[in-house]
Amino acid sequence: MELRDHQRELHLFQMRLAIAAFVVAGIFVVILSRLFYLQVIQHDYYELLAEQNRVNIVPVVPHRGLILDRNGVTLASNYAAYTLEITPSQVGDLNALIGELSNLIEITPKDRRRFQKLLEEEPDFSSIPIRTRLNDEEVARFAVNRYRFPGVQINARLFRHYPNNEVASHVVGYIGRLSEADFSRLQQKGLAYNYTKSDYIGKVGLEEYYEQELRGVTGYEHVETDANGHSIRTLRSILPVSGNNLLLALDVRLQRVAEAAFGDYRGSLVAIDPETGGVLALVSRPGFDPNLFVEGIEPAQWAALNDSPDHPLNNRALQGVYPPGSTFKPFMALAGLELGKRTASYTINDPGYFVLGGSGHVFRDWKAGGHGIVDMHKAIVQSCDTYFYGLAQDLGIDMIHDFIAQFGFGRRTGIDIAGEVGGLLPSREWKEQRFNQRWYVGDTISVGIGQGYNLVTPLQLALATSIIANGGRIFRPHLVQQVQNSQTNDLTTIEPYPLAEVPLQPRYLDLVRNAMVDVTRPGGTAAWAGRGAKYSFAGKTGTAQVIGLRGQQYDEDSIAKRHRDHALFIGFAPAEAPKIAVAIMVENGGHGSSTAAPIARKVLDYYLLGIEPKALATSAHDEGSEGD
Amino acid sequence: MINRLLAFVGRHLDRQLMVLVTLILATGILVLFSASGGSAERTTSHIINIAIALTVMWIAANIPLHYLARIALPLYLFGLILLIIVEVIGVEAKGAQRWLNLGFMRIQPSEVMKIAVPMMLAWYFDRYEAVLRFRNFVTATILVIVPVLLIARQPDLGTALLVAAAGFYVLFLAGLSMRLLFGIMVAGIAALPFLWNSLHDYQKQRVLTLIDPMQDPLGAGYHTIQSTIAMGSGGFLGKGWLNGTQSQLEFLPERSTDFIFAVYGEEFGLLGNMILITLFVLLIARGLVIAANAPTMFSRLLAGGVTLTFFTYVFVNMGMVGGLLPVVGVPLPLISYGGTALVTLLFGVGLLMSIRTNRRLVQT
Repeated sequence: MELRDHQRELHLFQMRLAIAAFVVAGIFVVILSRLFYLQVIQHDYYELLAEQNRVNIVPVVPHRGLILDRNGVTLASNYAAYTLEITPSQVGDLNALIGELSNLIEITPKDRRRFQKLLEEEPDFSSIPIRTRLNDEEVARFAVNRYRFPGVQINARLFRHYPNNEVASHVVGYIGRLSEADFSRLQQKGLAYNYTKSDYIGKVGLEEYYEQELRGVTGYEHVETDANGHSIRTLRSILPVSGNNLLLALDVRLQRVAEAAFGDYRGSLVAIDPETGGVLALVSRPGFDPNLFVEGIEPAQWAALNDSPDHPLNNRALQGVYPPGSTFKPFMALAGLELGKRTASYTINDPGYFVLGGSGHVFRDWKAGGHGIVDMHKAIVQSCDTYFYGLAQDLGIDMIHDFIAQFGFGRRTGIDIAGEVGGLLPSREWKEQRFNQRWYVGDTISVGIGQGYNLVTPLQLALATSIIANGGRIFRPHLVQQVQNSQTNDLTTIEPYPLAEVPLQPRYLDLVRNAMVDVTRPGGTAAWAGRGAKYSFAGKTGTAQVIGLRGQQYDEDSIAKRHRDHALFIGFAPAEAPKIAVAIMVENGGHGSSTAAPIARKVLDYYLLGIEPKALATSAHDEGSEGD
Repeated sequence: MINRLLAFVGRHLDRQLMVLVTLILATGILVLFSASGGSAERTTSHIINIAIALTVMWIAANIPLHYLARIALPLYLFGLILLIIVEVIGVEAKGAQRWLNLGFMRIQPSEVMKIAVPMMLAWYFDRYEAVLRFRNFVTATILVIVPVLLIARQPDLGTALLVAAAGFYVLFLAGLSMRLLFGIMVAGIAALPFLWNSLHDYQKQRVLTLIDPMQDPLGAGYHTIQSTIAMGSGGFLGKGWLNGTQSQLEFLPERSTDFIFAVYGEEFGLLGNMILITLFVLLIARGLVIAANAPTMFSRLLAGGVTLTFFTYVFVNMGMVGGLLPVVGVPLPLISYGGTALVTLLFGVGLLMSIRTNRRLVQT
């Protein structure tokens, strides 16, 4: 019995051992299958993952292209500076570390805020600047203590700098950190590959418009990196390609003169070379310091700029719209001549007002009592409203609209800065669509002297003036004259040819130009501003009403400053062979003759004769500044 | 003279086991050198551990079978008492109370149980040879469960599983009825939810991580992700000794201990894995052959239990590294760095040798 059990138990044991061996074999088959799956079937996938682990692709930011004026003066440049940077993945307690660091090197609350913001945006492994622009002493102080701060290093980085500060700030614009919105826009355009999330991008002005020229191509370094983020060696590097330089038509010295000429006034000036369409100066006052934006602007500074009633961030030259006022009259005159509604010798007797036939509605001239016998020449020189009321009525809105539109009013000029608005050149269709109202003859009369629904930007006005100056050729106004390739130094010229031409007869042009020259001579509305000019100076003053006091006299001083009329002036010189055409708008400047025309004179004197302007004369309001 | 010394040393050493153990240990030294980043210090320390463990193996191989049977009960009781002491005054490390500080050294009593439990059970069944009844299996089960629970409470899930496995293997080999076995399995599955609730958070995390490592790629899933990347990127031939990027650039955690198999797989590829697995399979096969031919019930069960425990180490470790099993702290036998496991495992191999050679010398 016991023996049998012995045998039975031995047999049972061997059976069980066989089962165990079978299970062991089965499990090893499973493990080998799994290893086969990982190492053969999925090998490529895991190899890629291992490479991604090992190889850190570090972008190398290209040098951003420079922005230079027509004489080679730098408007935007880069400079290398030391930054103190922290690699968060190598640091345990960031706050404690920053606290320690601040004992050694000054770290302001602003630096901390910026660091926090970047920390939220950046992937872990990259290093984030905590302080920028270290001086030599700070660099030395950190170098001595470096061993105490693992994960902190000093890097040389390139910074954007705008050496002229406020001058031409609206033209040059600025760059800033890439935002989420910027990045998704780049993704839509398929350009995101050229940027990293910690990059800079042009936000405003030329920096924005020519981003793709200025940017260059990002280079890459493939760095072998261990799990702790330490770089072992560089496996491969693709050098970055520097951005192209922008050579502007703009003359920064002229720009400076023009900006200074505004004094404390708000307003805008655009000067165009009528022969090329190149923008010689583009002023929007007040300006701002673009350097504030590069490293992220302080909230308080931002609020001050953004909430200011003077709106310094608006580019008035292309975003501000104003009634053109009497600067509209030369264009109306050309319309009358070209369309056969007026001749040079046609005269009216101006009683100081115009009565609209039928309705009996009275439109007043700016000069009570009127200008007497007025022909076209005198109507322009003295800015006679009554003459142009009648002309407008004879032309009718459709003719006015179609003729004036040729000068670019009512649509964007296509200048190479973003944000331009189109202004408004009213028409019958426009009014029906906008107000669902039919056009009245009375509306036409106001349009005739540049009031009513008319709205123009200073840039449009300058472009239109340049068309009169150059005999009808239309250029697309452009700030950049040439783009210089960073690799080859080859220059590419931007559109030096006219896009179209307004058909104008020379004799009509001469008539209008001669009248505009007489505007700046004794008897003209800008006589004071034109006094003693050493070149023939063609111009036209204008006043744009801010509040509706049409046809009534009012006392300037009794009206709050911001309700004063805007002063306008257009002009070009030398009249026989114009080299420069300008349009000026001075917000709340009162009459064009007293504030806007003197600015034009300074700009022309400087551009044509090289005369630096003297301090603004205080007698401007007393002398011969008649009319608008 | 020298011949006689060699004969004395080699008298109880099984030649096949010795060759396999030597090959695996040699592989281990190579891999450890690479895994430690070429550290001579680490490698030397590993070699010293090997020397100590081989000495222990030699001693075990020379213990006569009847002595072994005699120390089974005292060893088991000794281990149990140590476990209770640990429970009361153990040293805490990494959130678990596993160590006993003896002043000059720290020992891990749970390690003792990996040998003591199968030995105790083998001895117990041997006493009731030929008259085994159901109640014997109940008693044996209790003998396994008490130390397993004590170890699981430390908590040390890996060791508890290994001790439980060792006990289970002996029960199974002793002839635990298949019907009962089936019953235990059903009960086990039914108990899973309760077992789940008794797990520590980090243990739950490990199981969840296995199902989807990517849910926490930098936390609990990191080990599994990095080890499968290392293994998979090794390919068929491997990246070459000292050239594994995952291991050399420190992406692999625990690369000289529990995850050393990933270093090996990355540098030597599937080919190397097949060779290593073949060596392990041969070693386990040899252990099973020894068990099959062992002279007594005690030696049969002990040899079978020890061999299958060794196998459990191998498959749990490889399964963990390959992403098939949750991350439990089980080293790869004879390869991973760490003296305690090495001594325990080679002591087990020594027992196999003792069983083998004593059968030859002492016929029953």
